[in-house]
Amino acid sequence: MKPLAVSDYTVVSALGAGRDATVSALREGRSGLARKPFETVALDTWIGEVDGVDAQRLPPALAEFDCRNNRLALMGLQADGFAASVALARERFGPQRVGVFVGTSTSGILQTELAYRRRDPTTGALPADFHYAQTHNTYSVAAFVRQALDLRGPAVVVSTACSSSAKVFGNAARMIALGLIDAAVVGGVDSLCLTTLYGFNSLELLSPDICRPWDAARRGLSLGEAAAFALLQRDAARPRAWLRGVGESSDGHHMSSPHPEGAGAAEAMRGALADAGVAPDAIDYLNLHGTATPNNDAAEDLAVQAVFGERLPCSSTKGATGHTLGAAGGVEAAIAMLALEHGFMPGGLNRQRPDGALRSRYLDAGREARLSLVASNSFGFGGSNACLVFGVAP
Amino acid sequence: MITVDVAGIGLLGPGLADWASGQVALRDPAGWLHVPTPLPAPMRLPPAERRRAGAIVRVSLAVADQACAQAGIDPAGLATVFTASSGDAANCHALCESLATAERAVSPTRFTNSVHNAAAGYWHIATASRAPSTSLCAHDASFGAGLLEAAAQCVALARPVLLVAADVPYPEPLHGVRPLPDAFGVALLLTPTLSSANGALQLRLGLVEAAPSPCGHDGLDALTRQMPAARGLPLLQALARGAPSELVIDYLSPLGLAVELRT
Repeated sequence: MKPLAVSDYTVVSALGAGRDATVSALREGRSGLARKPFETVALDTWIGEVDGVDAQRLPPALAEFDCRNNRLALMGLQADGFAASVALARERFGPQRVGVFVGTSTSGILQTELAYRRRDPTTGALPADFHYAQTHNTYSVAAFVRQALDLRGPAVVVSTACSSSAKVFGNAARMIALGLIDAAVVGGVDSLCLTTLYGFNSLELLSPDICRPWDAARRGLSLGEAAAFALLQRDAARPRAWLRGVGESSDGHHMSSPHPEGAGAAEAMRGALADAGVAPDAIDYLNLHGTATPNNDAAEDLAVQAVFGERLPCSSTKGATGHTLGAAGGVEAAIAMLALEHGFMPGGLNRQRPDGALRSRYLDAGREARLSLVASNSFGFGGSNACLVFGVAP
Repeated sequence: MITVDVAGIGLLGPGLADWASGQVALRDPAGWLHVPTPLPAPMRLPPAERRRAGAIVRVSLAVADQACAQAGIDPAGLATVFTASSGDAANCHALCESLATAERAVSPTRFTNSVHNAAAGYWHIATASRAPSTSLCAHDASFGAGLLEAAAQCVALARPVLLVAADVPYPEPLHGVRPLPDAFGVALLLTPTLSSANGALQLRLGLVEAAPSPCGHDGLDALTRQMPAARGLPLLQALARGAPSELVIDYLSPLGLAVELRT
């Protein structure tokens, strides 16, 4: 692909709101995960909850969109002056020429879970203050972002589980390349809810311990929540980074387990390299999907070795943020761009004992380094794989 | 404007049992009768999964198979764009109902099937396809969003792309806030124009601020309004008639998709 300018980006996660808070936490090796309850959930687990979501208010005109997911989305739009950057793009290109492509897995399903506790005792009906289109529907977060930013171009939600907000970079890049739009707001928003907490628990993929990616005794993932956004433009005076390549593939293997050799994952990585027109050796750092489930890390390790060998420094940042599911691709794209901007490879947290079976060059501690090209992996249920390559701004 | 060929079509909806019979009804809607959408068993899936397959998987795989069979394309290497307004609606209700009880007993299968890309996952497993796949939602505009994305991929990546748009009704109480009366599915197998044979159906797509075109028949236009996947019916009607035409497909009002059909 022709390199595409990332004129601005931001991220809000359990590490804090905005780029500075995120970089500080990554440099300090601080995790945002805590062993605490969420809502009425009676599971003994660690979560990466974002501070301040409950107190966040939506503008009165968007009151019907009120739910945890859209509150978190708004926190993302407000961080680092991101909405102001979008306003400049809207002014320059026109509101019809700016697309919105958001990844989420569960959107505002928490709102529906809560509404089901308040069904009419006689009729069973949902309460009158429940707004399906604005909160429950998978598209609701993109509708909210589009309205909050006063954009009128193409918009869609990509919902491919945990690869969702990596894949949106591809949607936007294709439409810009075809001249259908000039700029795009891409990103991911996913918020804590009962469906995913009890769901991953039912699959025995939720760790009772803090998640420990690449550890010999890893027991599963810790769930987090996040909003991450990037503004892509067909050109920009001072881009913060360049989107260089997008690779997408399917496993075609199993709904909830990765291909054991990571064949689909490797294909996504190769696709991203081919799209960027670079050899594996050109990549300086890889942000792993690294969920800390036994099977996922093992399969990803094999895929990384198949594509990059054992040379490439890599780490999972999910020990810091938790697994933010549909937002993970966007969060880790932001971390990849922060790594480029700051010349810093974040270390993977919480690892006590390396798994000898995993042979990738995993970083336990952060490391300063001049980086030119970095990659980020995102894989999801249904066998959905994506890999992004970002390049440093000249 | 972006240009693609239509190499295969799938259709399933009320009184529209498949594309072969449905195109007859679309050409001359006077013969269309409203009977409930049949939900064929997905023969591509192993027996256990076939029995358990939810309505969204049944509809999606049925129309996908029709389009591939018509085009004579092996689905193993085929990129896909799935688009749905609601996903597995009955499964979603069952999960919310369980989570509202004290026990909160969630079945692993229910949780796995709750992902919006479940139908795409089953299709790619059944066809052993490692080709890229995406799953989209744009509420009422889901068909238009899927068509735009599938055509964009087809042109930008210069490869065939299978579009699968499907919706299934919610049970109560979600039906009360999102009344989708029946199941509906549309599949379009889009191919790059350069590879087309003579006589191909060619679509030129662009964005336009205009109201969507009707089918011109009360019953069909009611379906079009009531089910997001059926917003593609005016396009299928034009394809069934096979004559050059220009129409607007519903998208994010006031934004529509301008479609020019060339034959």
